[in-house]
Amino acid sequence: MDLVAGVLAGERLALARLITQVENDTPEGREALNRLFSHTGKAHLIGVTGSPGTGKSSLVNLIAKAYRTPADGMQPCKVAVVAVDPSSPFTGGALLGDRVRMRDLAGDPGVFVRSMASRGALGGLSHSTAAVVQVLDAAGFDKILIETVGAGQSEVDIARLAHTTLVVEAPGLGDDIQAIKAGILEIADILVVNKADRPGVENTERALRSNLELAHPERMRTGSCGRGGKANQPKSGAPEALDEQIWVPPVLRTIATQASGVTELVAAIECHLAHLRVTGEWQEREHERLQTELNQLLQAVLVARWREGVSEAELRDVVSRLQDRELSPLKAVEQLLDLDAVPESY
Amino acid sequence: MAERKIRVLVAKPGLDGHDRGAKVVARALRDAGMEVIYTGLRQTPEMIAEAALQEDVDAVGLSILSGAHMALVPRVLELMRANGQGGVHVFVGGIIPETDAQALLDQGILAVYGPGTPSSKYVNEIRAAVLGEVAA
Repeated sequence: MDLVAGVLAGERLALARLITQVENDTPEGREALNRLFSHTGKAHLIGVTGSPGTGKSSLVNLIAKAYRTPADGMQPCKVAVVAVDPSSPFTGGALLGDRVRMRDLAGDPGVFVRSMASRGALGGLSHSTAAVVQVLDAAGFDKILIETVGAGQSEVDIARLAHTTLVVEAPGLGDDIQAIKAGILEIADILVVNKADRPGVENTERALRSNLELAHPERMRTGSCGRGGKANQPKSGAPEALDEQIWVPPVLRTIATQASGVTELVAAIECHLAHLRVTGEWQEREHERLQTELNQLLQAVLVARWREGVSEAELRDVVSRLQDRELSPLKAVEQLLDLDAVPESY
Repeated sequence: MAERKIRVLVAKPGLDGHDRGAKVVARALRDAGMEVIYTGLRQTPEMIAEAALQEDVDAVGLSILSGAHMALVPRVLELMRANGQGGVHVFVGGIIPETDAQALLDQGILAVYGPGTPSSKYVNEIRAAVLGEVAA
């Protein structure tokens, strides 16, 4: 069976099998990626990240459902979901449980859900997630929801892959100091406070808002953030940044178990997409992403090619001299690569 | 090239609400280095076959304690064959009378693992079946 032809023809078994080939980085998978690349670049990639247990999977389920059953007579989008869960650092095994929250999506031929294990990668995705997303893109899915592993503070790879990144928070996970730390909150295009029926939701929302106020003082000035009261509420569900070309991430409340706030969330995602298109940021992000991908590939291939020409014994010898402190790591690199000095911009 | 990972779907078809056994099996397979996709409770055969397809799994485990195994298991097998996944190994756990177990084996399932089965037994047999080796 020609998997590439099958994928382009919309065959689900071919798609599932090709994803496995790509995930395992087989020669067949690589060849297929080469052939499929010209068909990619159309899908809207939506990243969903946040701490474990904040409700990412449940929200993904609801967002996918909303895109499948649009209220206002619009065409339903074809939706793919890629859900990443962690692999064990000890055995390499994984328990992928995101499907448990996505049972509403069963039986719909316009939805394809794939679970992936992180397989040792630390950025919240697996090494092959971007490639798997490419396959789904080529297969004609309009929206691809990418759910990261439960992410703490620095798993920010998703922002490089996705066009629109949702960061999901829940009440009671941290104070305003957590909110001004660098990392995951910085990458949010949309901030979601899920479990908004829990106590403490006002505090969480206020911390996120006042953090945004620090980042965008001129835009948030009238919000009297941090003081609560009416003025602290979002002006409306819809973000307002389109006109001035600066995107200020909206802070939205949802209750996934009651499907509350999802319409507003999907509206905000679409608003961000429109913003990307109008401002040209879509192109910029694509450019940046492809450049990163090329860099990573170049690095991997260059190292692999270099390793072919160096013996195991030589490498072991250098490492033992490092261990004996005869050689510094930089000097070792100079010696291994036969350089007078490592380039300043390495 | 990355190493071949064995992917297993562990599913709870039907209406019984007790998934301790399914979780124990899922955990043991995880600890054996496999990637286990767990579906959660109360899945229809259609949902299970669809999940098996989308996840392109090597094996499917069905945990059934409700007594409906003679209706549910053949239906899952039928749907998976219709999807082109007849080669995927299906194993069954739960409370299955011996006569029924034989009937299910005759229909092409890999094995029935009742209560008290040591995890090494099903881990080894599933790995062997998927990798096409003789069980150790």
